Amino acid sequence: MQSYVQIENAGMTFSTRKGKFTALTGINLHIDQGEFIALIGHSGCGKSTLLNLIAGLIDATDGVLLLANKEIRGPGPERGVVFQNHSLLPWLTAFENVYLAVEKVFGDKESKAQMKARTSAVLELVGLAHAANKLPGEISGGMKQRVGIARALAMEPKVLLLDEPFGALDALTRAHLQDELMKIVAATKSTVVMVTHDVDEAVLLSDRIVMMTNGPAASIGEILAVDLPRPRDRLQLAHDPNYHDLRSQVLEFLYSRQMRPKEAA
Amino acid sequence: MNAVTLNETLSQTLAAPETGRLPAAAPELPPRRTPLFETEGGKRFLEGLGHAVKAAIPPVLGLALFVALWALIANSGAKIPGPGETWAAAVELFSDPFYNNGPNDQGIGWNILNSLYRVGIGFGFAALIGIPLGFLIGRFSFLNQMMSPIISLLRPVSPLAWLPIGLLVLQKAEPASIWVIFISSIWPMVLNTAAGVQRIPQDYMNVARVLNLSEFKVFTRILFPAVLPYVLTGVRLSIGVAWLVIVAAEMLTGGVGIGFWVWDEWNNLNVAHIIIAIFVVGIVGLLLEQGLMLVAKRFSYE
Repeated sequence: MQSYVQIENAGMTFSTRKGKFTALTGINLHIDQGEFIALIGHSGCGKSTLLNLIAGLIDATDGVLLLANKEIRGPGPERGVVFQNHSLLPWLTAFENVYLAVEKVFGDKESKAQMKARTSAVLELVGLAHAANKLPGEISGGMKQRVGIARALAMEPKVLLLDEPFGALDALTRAHLQDELMKIVAATKSTVVMVTHDVDEAVLLSDRIVMMTNGPAASIGEILAVDLPRPRDRLQLAHDPNYHDLRSQVLEFLYSRQMRPKEAA
Repeated sequence: MNAVTLNETLSQTLAAPETGRLPAAAPELPPRRTPLFETEGGKRFLEGLGHAVKAAIPPVLGLALFVALWALIANSGAKIPGPGETWAAAVELFSDPFYNNGPNDQGIGWNILNSLYRVGIGFGFAALIGIPLGFLIGRFSFLNQMMSPIISLLRPVSPLAWLPIGLLVLQKAEPASIWVIFISSIWPMVLNTAAGVQRIPQDYMNVARVLNLSEFKVFTRILFPAVLPYVLTGVRLSIGVAWLVIVAAEMLTGGVGIGFWVWDEWNNLNVAHIIIAIFVVGIVGLLLEQGLMLVAKRFSYE
C-alpha cells in the first residue's frame, strides 16, 4: 500500500548572511493515512523546519515530499497548520477566524448558512461554542489554541500539522487539550504530524515517535512505534509498564545518545 | 480602643437629648429617603469625583505656575502684556469672532477657519497619496529601495523651502501654502504606513499562505487591520506637522489666516493679540491631535 505522506531524502539548506546553513539532511519518512506522528528532538534540531516543509511554507532544497502521490508545492488548505503561538487574527472573533478558513475551502460549494453551521460545529467540537463571538484578546491562551485547532480542523485537511501546539500552556490546560485532541482525532480519523518537546505528550498521543538527531544537518535518528491500545487514558497509562518502557526509550535517546551539546550559541 | 469608647459616648450623648425632646407618642415619621450620596450610584459618583480632582491637581498646578511665571516676566519690565491684560484682550476679541472688514481685517474665527481649511486640503491630499504609497512601499521591497533615497533626501527639507517652488509653479499664494502643507505632512504617513506593513507579524502572513487567501482578502482581513494603528499614528504626526507649518507659511503668503494675523498684529505692535494667537494655535493643535487619538482608540484592536 502506498503511504499517504512520503518524504524522500528531503533536505533543507538555508542561505544566511553567514553562508549556507544545512538544517535538515536525508529525511526519509512515510506516514500512513490516519496515523499520528510525533516529531521530537532538542530545540534547534529542525523539527519545526520539517513540519514547515510538509506545510509547504518553505520549499525543500533537496529531495521530494508527496501528499497522496502529489508533490507538495507551497502551502494549501489541505494541510491544516496549528501554529505554535495560535496566530489568530486579533481583530476577528473566534467565529470569524474559523469562518475565514471555512469560506476559503468551501466558499464555492456551499451556501453561507451551511458554512456558518460548519463553523459553529467545529467550534462546538473544540468546546468553544460559548466563546464564538469573543475576540482573541478576550480569551485565555488555552482557548486561543483551541480556536487555532478549530480553524485547522474546519478546513477538513488531509493532514493536520501541529507545531508545538500546547507548548505555551500550563500543565493542566495542556493535559486537558491533549485529551480533547485525542478525542477529536479519533472522531475525525485525521492524519496528524505534531512537533513536540514533551516526552509524555509524544508517548500519550502518537502512533509513532520520530526522534531527531541534533542539528545542524539533523536527520531522523530513530523511529519508535507506540503500540499502546486506544483509546488511551492518562491515568491508566501511569501504571502501564509498557508506557514507562516507551517513555524511557525516548528519554534514553534524547538524553543519553543525543545529549544536547553545551549551549555554544 | 479609645476611639471606640469615644464614639460610643458621643453617640449616647447625641442620642439622649433627642429621645428626651421627642414626645413618646410622636406620629410615625415617613421612612427617610436615602440621600443621593448614600446610594450606590451616588457613592460611585463621589469616588469618581475624588479621582478626577486628584488627577487634575498636577496639571492645574503646572498651568498656575506657568501663568505666575508669565505674570512675573510681564511685571519685571519686559514689554510683554501680563495674563490679565491678555485675558481682557481675548474676551474682547472672542466676543465678535466673525466680523469682516475687508481682506486685511477679519475676526479671529475667520482666521482660524481659513487656516484649518488650508490644512484640511493640504493634509487631505497628503493622506490620499501618502497612505497608499506607504502600503505599496511596505509591500514591495523593490519599490521601497527605489523610493528610499528620494524620501531620505526630501524629508529633512525645511517646509518653507518648498514655498518658492509652489509659488513658481502654482503662481498664487493660496495653493502655494497648501502645497507646503502637502509636501511637509506627507512623510510621516508614508513612512509609518510602510513601517506598519513591514512589521506585520510573519504569523499572520503564514496564516494567509496556509489558507491560500486571495490578494483582496489578504488586504481586507490582514494587511489593512494590522496596519491601521500605524496609519493613524502617521496621520496624527502629519496633522501636527501641518498645523505647525501653516502659521509660518501664512506669514509669508498673507491672506486670511492665523499665521498672517500674527504677522499683521506684529506690524500693529499688538503683542497681546500675538500671545492670544499662540494660545489659539496651541489649543487648536491639541484638539486636532486629541480628536485623532479618539479615532485611533476606536480602531485599535488590542
